[in-house]
Amino acid sequence: MKMLRWVLISIALLGIALVGWVFLRSGGHAPVSREASKVDVATLKDPVLIAKGQYLTTVGDCAACHTSQGGQRLAGGRVVGTPFGDIPAPNLTPDRETGLGDWSFEAFWQALHSGVGRKGELLYPAFSYTSYTKVSRDDALAIFAHLQSLAPVHQPSKPLGLEFPYNVRNSLKAWRALYFKEGEYQPDPAKSAAWNRGAYLVQGLGHCNECHIARDSFGGMRSDQALSGGQIPVQNWYAPDLSTQTNGGLEGWGEKDIVDLLKTGHSAKGTAFGPMAEVVAQSTQHMTDDDLQAIAIYLRSLPARPQMQFEKSPLDTTTMVNQGTKIYGERCAGCHGKDGNGVAGVYPPLNGNSSVNEPTGINAIRVVLLGGFPPATKGNPRPYSMPPFAQQLKDSDVAAVVTYIRQAWDNKAPLVQERDVIKYRHTPID
Amino acid sequence: MKVRAYNRRMDTIAKLCRVRRVFSAVLLFAAASVAGAARAEEGHPLTVPDTLQQRIASCTACHGVHGEGTPESGFFPRLAGKPAGYLARQLKDFQDGLRKYGPMEYTVRHLSPEYMQEIAEYFSAQEVPYARSPLPRVSPEALKRGEELATKGDPSHQIPACAACHGTQLTGVQPNIPGLVGLPYDYLSSQLGSWRTKTRATVAPDCMAEIANRLSASDIGAVSAWLAGRELPSDMHAQPAGSISPPLHCGVLGATGDGA
Repeated sequence: MKMLRWVLISIALLGIALVGWVFLRSGGHAPVSREASKVDVATLKDPVLIAKGQYLTTVGDCAACHTSQGGQRLAGGRVVGTPFGDIPAPNLTPDRETGLGDWSFEAFWQALHSGVGRKGELLYPAFSYTSYTKVSRDDALAIFAHLQSLAPVHQPSKPLGLEFPYNVRNSLKAWRALYFKEGEYQPDPAKSAAWNRGAYLVQGLGHCNECHIARDSFGGMRSDQALSGGQIPVQNWYAPDLSTQTNGGLEGWGEKDIVDLLKTGHSAKGTAFGPMAEVVAQSTQHMTDDDLQAIAIYLRSLPARPQMQFEKSPLDTTTMVNQGTKIYGERCAGCHGKDGNGVAGVYPPLNGNSSVNEPTGINAIRVVLLGGFPPATKGNPRPYSMPPFAQQLKDSDVAAVVTYIRQAWDNKAPLVQERDVIKYRHTPID
Repeated sequence: MKVRAYNRRMDTIAKLCRVRRVFSAVLLFAAASVAGAARAEEGHPLTVPDTLQQRIASCTACHGVHGEGTPESGFFPRLAGKPAGYLARQLKDFQDGLRKYGPMEYTVRHLSPEYMQEIAEYFSAQEVPYARSPLPRVSPEALKRGEELATKGDPSHQIPACAACHGTQLTGVQPNIPGLVGLPYDYLSSQLGSWRTKTRATVAPDCMAEIANRLSASDIGAVSAWLAGRELPSDMHAQPAGSISPPLHCGVLGATGDGA
């Protein structure tokens, strides 16, 4: 028996090696050297282009991944955790050895647009080329000019933290065939210029869909459900559905609410926290009013969603909800109000809040545990904060109060249990 | 035997502290919830005080409304009266991941330097009496060693006296150097330990990391015990800026050496 198993394993390994060899032989795209570039040096030094690129680099929030905590901006070093392993974000400063110093614009374009590295290697989609492929060549050139204008920082990349088979880059061919559609954004002539600008920013540089969608077990996104919300792998926050129509995560949000949140970190309908706080702090608060307005117009056009069908839990939650009601009255109502409507401009409403009602309960659980500040922004430089309850409430109390909040007023989300709280109490912060 | 007796004593102290802490927490929350519920039930729209204290509920939930901390356990450090430059630097160090503690890193991640400075100044300006914390039982020899390290240092191991930087009365120096007296043993020893394990660091040259690494484990216990047990000077305020010349070059103190 044992012998047979080894024979089978050997055959399987041989098969994998053979397939791998065929894939490897077919190779990737040819690299473009800096010398052979059609873009001359003077173009890249144009201050107008560089300034435009700086703005677009902020819109794309490149620094979020390509800067380590406390490190030099865009010099790489942050490790992006994925369910398949850790992928370090490389150095984008023009250092010749460790950054983009030897890159041509064509090579940069190939990476951004096609997800292929300078040596022809397939890039891991932790680098969101699935979205960036929609960026126009002109915008990509501006971004490249900005990156090339930075002071070079010598900082080698950390090693790739992927195990077999994920460390075989050619395995990405199958992934790309399933989930990657290459191509610049094509404007819809039937829609307004502002709508098209919004769609371009949201789908392309803004790469909103990279978080705001559910991913399958291969880490792929379903293209037919853009921006419908999903749990962010590893980070364990829930990025809510962004439709403002019936049953949408932002149901009832007006243009002003969307613009306010992106510009200041809070709106009358909700507050940015967790990863979205970072997006607002580093990226969206710096966007022009026109671009924010365009994003709002586009998001407001997302379709209505089907009503969520939650299975009725067989558990009797009476005791739990009673306990939750009591805790809410003692700890939460003082700021969020007995009616769950919060205080406009200060404390977010919990009634009808997508981060309370999202399917998993993760956001409410983690916010109760961690508390925290919305991002300090130009529009809200001294934000009000929420106390963390991790030290004061035990797991069953957190489950009770979160369940109460998710089922009070107009909210009708499923209960959460103690075991969910235990799990997210120990989720690493970064 | 001695060890067991010591442990038993520490256990009792810890239990007493816990009881006291729970009791005061219950009282506080009872008061807070009565007030909160009253407001909420009246059906009036909630009014939110436009004060920094109200804004920083995230800080005061653990560190206390006046930054009193939890002197019984030493777990949540006292912030009251510490020099503002020092406090603002700690927030920045958490932000940059130099000081590592998940909940603090999360809390301060997206605060601006101006807001952090304002929060630091709030806690720095608080006048809160110093509570005494439980002391471990240590030998007279250890206390003597602790006193020697704090007041004279140990030149044979290149360890400067604590007082050389932290002030003649060890109450700190404005604006960047914290006081050491009046702090719990557990807090002091764990800070020295975390400099050695690199969970607490600051901008280079990190002179406290250098010093902590020159101390032996027993030195850390000795100096922490002596500091925690030291009678408090009548004036606990930090010395004025520029009143010391640090023996080491410290990144946190800037170009002038004393950070003034």
